[in-house]
Amino acid sequence: MIAFNIPFFSIFIMMFGAIITPLLPLKKRLPEKLLCWLIAIIGIFSAYLIFELSYPVLQPGFNYPVGHYPAPWGNELRAGLLEAILSFVFCVAMLLSVLGNFSSTHEDITPKRRQIFCVLVNLLMASLLALTYTNDIFTAYVFIEINTIAACAIVAVKESPETIRAALRYMIMSLVGSGLVLISICLLYGLTGHLLMQNMHNSILELVKTNRYILPLTVSLALITVGLGIKSALYPFALWLPDAHASSTNASSAILSGLVLKGHIFLIIKIFVRVFGLNVIKLLGMDTVIFTLGLVAMIMGSVHALRQINIKRMIAWSSVAQVGYIFLGLGLNSPEGIAAGCLHIIVHACVKPMLFTAAGGLSSAADHKKGLHDLMGTFYANKWAGLGLIAGACSMMGIPGFAGFASKLSLTLASFDSSLIIWSLAGLAVSSVLNALYYVPAVIVILTGKKEAENKIKIPEPSGSYKTVMGIFIGINFYLGLFCVPLLRLITGGVNFLG
Amino acid sequence: MFAKLLTNHYEAVAVILAGIGLTNLLLQKNLIKKIIGLNIMDTAIYLFLAAKGWVSGRAAPILIEGEKGWIMDVNNYVNPVPSGLVLTGIVVGVSVTAFALALTLKLYEYYGTLNIDEALLKMTQEQEVHEAEIMNEEQEDIL
Amino acid sequence: MREDIKDLLNKFFNWIIGNGPRPENEILPPEPPPDLPFTRRNSGRKSRFHEASINERYNEWVELHGLHIFSSLYTWMSVLTCLVIILLLLITVTELPPFGDEHNPANNEVVLRYIKTGARETGAKNIVAGMILDYRAFDTFGESAVLFTAAVSVLMLLGASRRNRTCEKNIFKFGITSKSFLQRGPPLRVHIYRQDDMILRGIASISIPTILVMGCAIIINGHLTPGGGFSGGAVLSTALILAANAYGFDHVHYFFNERTFIFSSSGSLIIYALAKGYSFFTGANHIPSGIPTGTIGNILSGGLILPLNICVGIVVAGTLYSFYALFSEGDI
Repeated sequence: MIAFNIPFFSIFIMMFGAIITPLLPLKKRLPEKLLCWLIAIIGIFSAYLIFELSYPVLQPGFNYPVGHYPAPWGNELRAGLLEAILSFVFCVAMLLSVLGNFSSTHEDITPKRRQIFCVLVNLLMASLLALTYTNDIFTAYVFIEINTIAACAIVAVKESPETIRAALRYMIMSLVGSGLVLISICLLYGLTGHLLMQNMHNSILELVKTNRYILPLTVSLALITVGLGIKSALYPFALWLPDAHASSTNASSAILSGLVLKGHIFLIIKIFVRVFGLNVIKLLGMDTVIFTLGLVAMIMGSVHALRQINIKRMIAWSSVAQVGYIFLGLGLNSPEGIAAGCLHIIVHACVKPMLFTAAGGLSSAADHKKGLHDLMGTFYANKWAGLGLIAGACSMMGIPGFAGFASKLSLTLASFDSSLIIWSLAGLAVSSVLNALYYVPAVIVILTGKKEAENKIKIPEPSGSYKTVMGIFIGINFYLGLFCVPLLRLITGGVNFLG
Repeated sequence: MFAKLLTNHYEAVAVILAGIGLTNLLLQKNLIKKIIGLNIMDTAIYLFLAAKGWVSGRAAPILIEGEKGWIMDVNNYVNPVPSGLVLTGIVVGVSVTAFALALTLKLYEYYGTLNIDEALLKMTQEQEVHEAEIMNEEQEDIL
Repeated sequence: MREDIKDLLNKFFNWIIGNGPRPENEILPPEPPPDLPFTRRNSGRKSRFHEASINERYNEWVELHGLHIFSSLYTWMSVLTCLVIILLLLITVTELPPFGDEHNPANNEVVLRYIKTGARETGAKNIVAGMILDYRAFDTFGESAVLFTAAVSVLMLLGASRRNRTCEKNIFKFGITSKSFLQRGPPLRVHIYRQDDMILRGIASISIPTILVMGCAIIINGHLTPGGGFSGGAVLSTALILAANAYGFDHVHYFFNERTFIFSSSGSLIIYALAKGYSFFTGANHIPSGIPTGTIGNILSGGLILPLNICVGIVVAGTLYSFYALFSEGDI
């Protein structure tokens, strides 16, 4: 009974929080406190939902009609194991990103804007949860738009010419993406007569069986993939990402890189699995396209990251490469591949906010400079941030024991059943080497030059919340790296129930 | 093929307009023109949706009073779903346009241009000037 | 013979990488400072040469002619992209179900129920209103949230330009901007209106009440006739905009300022969210909600649709007016 209402109330509470935040007084950091408490409550709810759905046996999940009317007439949410796990991870990563970057948010943003920032983060969280839980493709479109506006706004929340330009670029690319998604939804509605994923799936199977409307189906699938690909920074469409992620304030960078991309990627997974079905995807030839794009993204994202001298830009380009891994898993077009992709979503959602938080801490130790050469010896000024960067770098390179290793291993294992195994293994190997080529120098830079660092002016000690958050991040990193087998089992169960 | 285009003439026109709008949004350099392109595209999609909902010979889905009370026969009204979707779409389009225009206004205030590439160029030039200033100051310090 | 080939190859490679005998009048650049790791290196090269390498020649050529070629290429590319997209979509359109046919996939059981029992279930004569505010109300809630997000974001971007100048100057410290940017700062928008425009004021004094009445009528009749919260709210906002133009923003400011805006829109959305949250919750758990639907065709019918329309109308009116005010004045 309680678990049944959790999906709806997670979305509803976040939206309600967004609506009442502008009415709160600015004193005593009330907006921030409310935001953190709400996210924490929803995280606990999601954990309970995971427990209910996985204990004592894995359960397929349930549909939640929003309103008095059953499935094809009203809106519907769907909650399964995978959705519950992802929303839990989103809550944890969001809470840590907001808490860990508390002090840098205070430096970058005026109090009045901070209140609006809280509204936007509330809305962003609500839209992420809605994208995770929704079973209705038009609801997904509406929440994609909330996500777009809120994401661009949290780039522009730190006022400088650079962020405005980055936000505008992000906005334009996102708008192209949402336009394509909307066209595709209209085409699909015209062909199937439904907006609900389950009913659309049945109609599409019927159409494919009778061999009608194959071309329009292909075009709409291509359009929705490109549209969501632009929003989730798939490589050739990812040119907006580095500006937006590197110029914004640290909390925004962490949220954008760790979470916002993931919401759209999960929507693509849902559309592939729930709306079209893996067989239809294979029939329409989209899996190979996705696989190739993922492979290109893995390599090219790292190649671009190699050329950066600004640490935040480097980490931002590395996100493009990591998104490539997820699409590679999706392109394998098997439940194992998608499960590995989902595991990588979780890993990346936990590691990338840590890297951005660490980079923020290091650059504030170097007088807010972000060039790699300015960061020499900053490890000794802010040890927690340094440890975080090292742990994140190890994870991104795929060193055993760290989170990235688990997801790379499961991607490798998943690709054994596929005919594309050679390409996938080669891509993983090359990309890991490239990752090492830019993360290792960054780690070396922050570790060298101890004496110089000691001669510099004393910077204030990082706050207690920063240390705690870093500690939790590193702990999660090790947990995912060492004990990911039960998690992977849950995810595989969730993926099987998704279809 | 052409005959089919003529049957689906509303959709065809909508699609042409959507293509024009999308191209403007992607490739215009002036941001205001880009946003106009966005609006053309959105409106074209609404036209497409409205055309999807229409059924020949039927009335708008607002109940008509017949001799025996309200007529609730499906053969009298067109499909109400696309109308609802268009309503939602319009509001989303307004919101997005307003936000994009606000960003454009800010960009113009900072850079004095509506071209995003030109803004980048100006920024790099300013940055180079800035770096040169810093270099000069450092050299003066050394001297 | 081999020597010749070697010589030729040498010359060729020198031409490629731009190595050559050192000219006598070359001025050596000062020694670069010792390299810090990962700095952007200047193109100061270790060996001196008089010939430009292929890369440099290419860059020079691009600098001279590139922009011209690029812009013409850009135009052609854009036209080509446009044509390709349109062609692809047109081919798709030819395969779509025929226009206006009653056997199209879209005319299915969903539509059947909306029309057959929609009015009885929701109490709204306007089936579209019943659909968006009752059957698919979650979408519409999301849609109001989109408008709210946009309003808040625009307020954040443009609202601060008048009052918080000092704060903004502090923020500039962290952006990568040069001194000239700092000195210039963001200019203020100036809105010019004539204080004593007799014609405008005369017409406004007649038409503003009319517009207000019409807007309210559209909102209140949302479940009976075409219209509803969004269209009625837009009409109401035009009355506010007209008032601002005729009498000046300062006069509108007396009864509609940022505070009013935030309180009215947040308040309406809270009512909206609570009402709809109750309805969603009871619906999903199969609890009767106890909201009367009334008789079809009356003003007091349609269950929650009328109050929801009023809430949405207030939000839309405030938001659209505040967009106008923020864009022209930088302040509500």
